[in-house]
Amino acid sequence: MFREAGKPASYRVIFGEDVAGIVLGGLAAGMVLFVVSVGLSVTMGLMGFVNLAHGGFAMIGGYIIVLSMNRLGVPFVPALILGFTLTAALSIVLERLFYSRLYRAAELDQVLFSIGLAFIMIASVTIVIGPETQPMILPSWLRGQIDLGFTSYRTYSIFLIVFGALVALGLWLGFERTRIGAQIRAAVDNRKMVELLGINIDRLFTFTFAFGSGMAALGGGFGAEFLGLDPQYTLKYLVYFLIVVAVGGLGRITGVFYAALIIGILDFLLKKYLPQGGTIFIYVLTILILLIRPQGLFGRGG
Amino acid sequence: MMSASDTQMPSAVRDFAHRHRLRWWEPIPWLLAITFFYAFPRHLGIGNEILVMILFALSLDLVLGYAGIVTLGHAAFFGIGAYTVGMLAHHGIWTEPLSGLVIAAVIASIFGLISGFILLRTTGLTLLMLTLCMMLLLEEAANLAQAWTGGYDGLDTVPIDPIFGRFEFNPLIPSTQYIYILCILFVGFLVVRTIVYSPFGESLTGIRENTLRMHAVGAPVRKRLILCYAISGAIAGVAGALWAQANAYVNMSTFSLDRAATVLIILVLGGYGRLYGAFIGAVAYMALSHYLAKIYPTAWQLGLGLMLVFIAMFARNGILGLVDNIAAKFRKKPAS
Repeated sequence: MFREAGKPASYRVIFGEDVAGIVLGGLAAGMVLFVVSVGLSVTMGLMGFVNLAHGGFAMIGGYIIVLSMNRLGVPFVPALILGFTLTAALSIVLERLFYSRLYRAAELDQVLFSIGLAFIMIASVTIVIGPETQPMILPSWLRGQIDLGFTSYRTYSIFLIVFGALVALGLWLGFERTRIGAQIRAAVDNRKMVELLGINIDRLFTFTFAFGSGMAALGGGFGAEFLGLDPQYTLKYLVYFLIVVAVGGLGRITGVFYAALIIGILDFLLKKYLPQGGTIFIYVLTILILLIRPQGLFGRGG
Repeated sequence: MMSASDTQMPSAVRDFAHRHRLRWWEPIPWLLAITFFYAFPRHLGIGNEILVMILFALSLDLVLGYAGIVTLGHAAFFGIGAYTVGMLAHHGIWTEPLSGLVIAAVIASIFGLISGFILLRTTGLTLLMLTLCMMLLLEEAANLAQAWTGGYDGLDTVPIDPIFGRFEFNPLIPSTQYIYILCILFVGFLVVRTIVYSPFGESLTGIRENTLRMHAVGAPVRKRLILCYAISGAIAGVAGALWAQANAYVNMSTFSLDRAATVLIILVLGGYGRLYGAFIGAVAYMALSHYLAKIYPTAWQLGLGLMLVFIAMFARNGILGLVDNIAAKFRKKPAS
């Protein structure tokens, strides 16, 4: 990745073999962003809940995955399943106890509650486990480089891209082709109508929330290797998750997917060639997109 | 129309007509602030921080509590005020404090007018994201324009002239700063109080309660919101400018999400849409965070989180709301 480390960043050519590196690296980051944000998008679109504690579920899930691997010696894939399940279970408890009571509350109360919950998550993890960054030790089959024919690249990044694409496809199929997916889509568009049709919307909400939190947990585990995993993760990347959701449009799987990839590649590109303040372009782009299309790039209505 | 005589008015109308009258307890916060000055001369530093945050929270109350605009980026104005004063003084262009405040207020309100004109067409999550991104954009800009803003390190020297050419700012004993900030806070409070009880303020409350109906009665909703946003921005800019003058430095923390969240928490903790919530919230939050957060940062964060969850679930009007509820239980009949 840093073959030309001797040269200052500005002298590197964008065109040439670096293009593949940027696209692949950005895609990998974008996939992680997608896996974390997709739950937030559906939660916000379906329940209309501004959930600023979503990053906390990613953080907790990441901790479960990384700690069970490092301390208990659980292999990678079972650790992912464990992280998904436990985080989803925790989120069901929180959803039934707290979130469900605030669905009809004012936006401000939701913001306050979820900031408070994020603080509690950060403090609890700091007390129980400690403030230091948890190292992610990849299994041997994901280490090193893989030869793709036109270029060789980090195996783990390629794994993330493939896995992310499969998740996106699976979610899309689940959303478009299954009964519960149809119910969720219908509830995003017109919640009252869905209730009138006799669909148990409480159960639908709990299921969606738990699934979204479980996805966030997977994203937390996947990203731990290059985003770093410490308690502050909860709020550190929140702005990115929110940008992806707002740009993609609420409750739109395909929207979140494209937005995550765009932001991922753009961020990767800017970090590499404009390490000083490159993020300013992401903020400008977000503001412009939201001003032109307040419902997001792929959102419906206007 | 009601007759002019007070005695013939129904009580609701009379309450409405007299809503701006001074209540018996209203001088208490100011007396306490003056008492603090004489009682705790060694703690005036934290006193200054509290006074600045009260003014900042008051400006947010105007936007959030009265007009009902939920923003996550109010620190944008605070930072603009702080950097305006800081850059002018640091580069030796303008070091007079009072006119510095005016310049900061003007620049912050211009930014409020422009950004309000652009942003206030949206609502909900979109507005939340736009205000947030606007603030982060300014933070990045302050980071990038190193020659002017000192970049990541900020400006560590902000020379300020003596007030009226006589009263020096002493960084070690910040008593002049305290009196100065208290006076400005008082003026700022009078401005906010007057606005809130004016017909303009009433129309803001109307927009918060039912935007559609305000459109229907023919109120220029968007104009009012933009104006309110700009006025609030000017006051927040003054708060930021005071912060820069009192501390004699400026850094990127003035623009941070942390500060925007803090002021929101302060306002909600005290109770929003009720003027004095800013006072109660700032004192409670700043005192606790100053004396607790340094010793037990994690416990402080846990406590703060629990408190926010409690407020959101059970006490939506903050400390003052709780006081109101308790008071209402003691007096069974509404006071006439």
